[in-house]
Amino acid sequence: MAVVFQKTKGLTDKETHYCPGCTHGIIHRLVAEVLEELDILGETIGVAPVGCSVLAYDYFNCDMQEAAHGRAPAVATGIKRSLPDKIVFTYQGDGDLASIGAGEIVHVAHRAEKITTIFVNNAIYGMTGGQMAPTTLIGQKATTAPLGRDSSTTGFPLKISEMLATIQGAVFVERVTVHNPAAIRKAKKAIKRAFEVQIAGQGFGIVEVLSTCPTNWGMTPIKALGWLEDNMIPYYPLGNLRTPEEAK
Amino acid sequence: MAKGKVTFNEDICKGCGLCTTNCPVNIVVMNTTKINAKGYHPATISDIDACIGCANCAMMCPDNVITVERF
Ligand SMILES: Cc1ncc(C[n+]2csc(CCOP(=O)(O)OP(=O)(O)O)c2C)c(N)n1
Ligand code: SF4
Ligand code: SF4
Ligand code: SF4
Repeated sequence: MAVVFQKTKGLTDKETHYCPGCTHGIIHRLVAEVLEELDILGETIGVAPVGCSVLAYDYFNCDMQEAAHGRAPAVATGIKRSLPDKIVFTYQGDGDLASIGAGEIVHVAHRAEKITTIFVNNAIYGMTGGQMAPTTLIGQKATTAPLGRDSSTTGFPLKISEMLATIQGAVFVERVTVHNPAAIRKAKKAIKRAFEVQIAGQGFGIVEVLSTCPTNWGMTPIKALGWLEDNMIPYYPLGNLRTPEEAK
Repeated sequence: MAKGKVTFNEDICKGCGLCTTNCPVNIVVMNTTKINAKGYHPATISDIDACIGCANCAMMCPDNVITVERF
């Protein structure tokens, strides 16, 4: 009998505080599995954001640093430039990365920093109780958009990956999702590729992962997977937007 | 004879049900007769002999509750 699936050594034994069925847990596992498989757990420094994943430093079994809200790419830049042999990644939500940290993520790509960003897009501010994010879909309800997001007053959801793919230093950009096992396998491949790009010193890499927030979307975890598939994927198309080969 | 074997670390299950969504033989179910240490109905297997060891259930679990073995 062979073990075909067990918890990765890339995660600590600590139980997460995430709500039941929140896909932050799946994304943590994929990043941790990749770090374990690439055998870089001992050389990796992760930067945790402000948001529901603020405690990520307790869960990843590598060195971790906490950053102020939205500033993870700036902190990661400092770490990578002073310790260029280390593998450095940020793990950020869409409130953290696309709102208060929009400047930091643009300029980390602009400077072609050799770091990797895992961008968890759940189309809402989870930690603070479900306010509208720049990524909230038109018509989607949030505490600050009780009738649903209205483009006439709040504009249109930001497509971060498409935007970053226009920046030359962003050499790996891919959008993935985790709502079924096939998608999870693809997401892991993209995350692995993004870290390999960093190891090869090719430039900045980002993987945007569509994720659920059952609690603030106000639905069961299973319904949330369906909502992501039916509503998020059409607006945030999956796939690779940039590889180092094209970026040359 | 089962081709696979799944084990649940039941105490840390959050009862979310995601593991029940993609089992090709539909044997992952919630045990509504039981409440675990966290206060949730934990996931379990209805017919262990039918498991093919595909690991879909474990892959969907956000909380690393499930271990899968294959014969
Ligand atoms: C400087 C600053 N401004 C605002 C906040 C409040 N705040 C905490 S988390 C958060 C947004 C979290 O949303 P997101 O990044 O999407 O992560 P999620 O919780 O959804 O995973 C905000 C606005 C803060 N902690 N610090
Ligand atoms: S509030 Fe939303 S994003 Fe935060 S842990 Fe709960 S489900 Fe996940
Ligand atoms: S390993 Fe596959 S067949 Fe077995 S219980 Fe899990 S999903 Fe079902
Ligand atoms: S996915 Fe994991 S946490 Fe959720 S019910 Fe299944 S075993 Fe429990």
